[in-house]
Amino acid sequence: MQVTRFLFSPIFKLLRPLKRHRLLQIGLAIVAAHILMAIICGPTGDPNDPYGITRRIPPYDPTKSYREFPRLAPPSAEHWMGTDHLQRDVFSRVISGGWAPIVVAFSSIAISLTIGSILGWISGFAGGLLDRVLSLTMDAIYSFPSMILAIALVAVMQPGLVPMIMAIAVVYVPTYFRVTRAEVLQVREQTFVEAARAVGAPWGRILLRHIAPNTVNAIMAVSSFNIADAILTEAAMSFLGYGLPPPAPDWGFDIQNGQRFLQAGYWWLITFPGLMILSLSLGFGLIGEAISDLLNPKRRRKKVG
Amino acid sequence: MGGIGKYIVQRVLLTIPMLFILLTAVFLMLRLMPGDPVLAMLGGRNVSPELIEQRRKEWGLDKPLGTQYANYFWRILHGDFGRSSRTGKPVIKELFTRLPATLELAIWGIFFASLFGISTGIWAAVRADRATDHAIRIFHIGSFAIPIFWLGLILQMIFAVQLDWLPVAKRVSGIYAYTFSPITRFYLLDAIILRDGKLLLDVIRHLILPAVTLGIALTGFLGRMTRAAMLEVLDTDYITTARSKGLKERVVVLKHALRNALIPIVTVLGLQFAILMGGAVLTETVFSWPGVAGFLVRSLDARDWNAIQGTIVFIGIFITTVNLFVDILYSIIDPRVRY
Repeated sequence: MQVTRFLFSPIFKLLRPLKRHRLLQIGLAIVAAHILMAIICGPTGDPNDPYGITRRIPPYDPTKSYREFPRLAPPSAEHWMGTDHLQRDVFSRVISGGWAPIVVAFSSIAISLTIGSILGWISGFAGGLLDRVLSLTMDAIYSFPSMILAIALVAVMQPGLVPMIMAIAVVYVPTYFRVTRAEVLQVREQTFVEAARAVGAPWGRILLRHIAPNTVNAIMAVSSFNIADAILTEAAMSFLGYGLPPPAPDWGFDIQNGQRFLQAGYWWLITFPGLMILSLSLGFGLIGEAISDLLNPKRRRKKVG
Repeated sequence: MGGIGKYIVQRVLLTIPMLFILLTAVFLMLRLMPGDPVLAMLGGRNVSPELIEQRRKEWGLDKPLGTQYANYFWRILHGDFGRSSRTGKPVIKELFTRLPATLELAIWGIFFASLFGISTGIWAAVRADRATDHAIRIFHIGSFAIPIFWLGLILQMIFAVQLDWLPVAKRVSGIYAYTFSPITRFYLLDAIILRDGKLLLDVIRHLILPAVTLGIALTGFLGRMTRAAMLEVLDTDYITTARSKGLKERVVVLKHALRNALIPIVTVLGLQFAILMGGAVLTETVFSWPGVAGFLVRSLDARDWNAIQGTIVFIGIFITTVNLFVDILYSIIDPRVRY
């Protein structure tokens, strides 16, 4: 019980400034809207009505080509975001395409956060040869462009949801490792840890009760930015054709399809899915910025003169 | 001088195990990810077992892992990445012909990122906690929340298709494809060497959109760094002194504050090369830019195993080398870096 209270205390502390922090409010509102949309318009598993919890949302089946629809029609009252080359409703595709980036980003960050911070705690706490080898390995992977690594990894697996999650999870492990290790090294030297050691607490207890909770703040700030980044990586993978298999609605892949019609001036095919990716990623970016602001008040300038 | 020499030697020696570990990690990741790379490369279902066996042999994936590992390093040490099955040429040659294109794009990308990032960062810091500051900060976060491939397409749509001010893609116009034979393959430099004004203009016009696209990917990062560094510097005593001497605010900010704020900014700038390469993958794809990163994407599409592995190793070695040089350079410029 106490461990959970320790682990979650930063979250309670963060809820307090929500009242007056504008960036946090905007960010949370955007993210909440996206998650709500993903739940309402997400996949149902029903082959007759594959997307959306009601028949009317999304207005049309996003995966289906309707013969009566015009091909590549601009936005109108009937089709708010126009239609694509396969006579599908772009609006329906846009609002039901949000679940994949959210699922991929959250799951991959959850995996890399768990693996990365556990390795970081152990490495920072244990020190010695293990720490040196792990640090060098993580630094080496960290120095490599994560976008390139993730795309290459997903390409050598089969395209799809799980490979995307795994590829993104792998490339972010070093980030969490570095953050937690650095924090552990700082916390380890403090007197309360020394005191715990002096009364003979076992090392597992010192790590879990005294060191780990103190690294949570730093991890939270990093993970918010990381989710924003993971959403872009997911979109890039889909754009390059390693995402969900068609005809599933998929923002990145829809943009790739729209690219072919760009020179003809069919702007609605790429504009709307891109705005969705941007707003989702922006939402998490704003939250990340707000958290690092709150954790690091020095970044706000004192109003002296 | 002894200090610098010792630092450089240490830094170079540290690079060797880092590179070794990075290349090992790449090797393991490419082979130990679940799923069969050969099967994935051949496009999944409906592939005859004979073809799979043949490819496995061709790519050396039929041997035990230890042997593969030894071969992998042996070939890297000899600069031999095998032949690309798509183009038929040695992979290393393909990479070296494409490197200048990527570097040219990267350099101008950094230029635009610094232009947008540092100027808005200063502005935000001067107006800290006011409306301008908030607007700029949202712009900064927006700039790293924007999908770079989408930004490229939108810029193409506006400036190339609708307004028709700039070309859509590639490094030069079609007419130069036959008449222009590159010397250094840095086209901007080539145009200057050849003293060809028309070519120079053409190259610049092709460079603007991709460089701005890539630059915006780094703008948010640089802008936030600049803002934070400026805020810290503006709070110091020597700025108060400068102000109380009655210096103009402009001089205080740009001369006294910015110079000191730039030190941490420049230090991290060099290490952003990795992000830049990641952005280059998408920028080069969108703008059909014939660089290293775009080559990787096309190799992935064509299931060209030698080219894929070779390009990743090449990028790894390249980035490690860049980081090494950046570190050494800074240790010479700023003695505080050495420890």
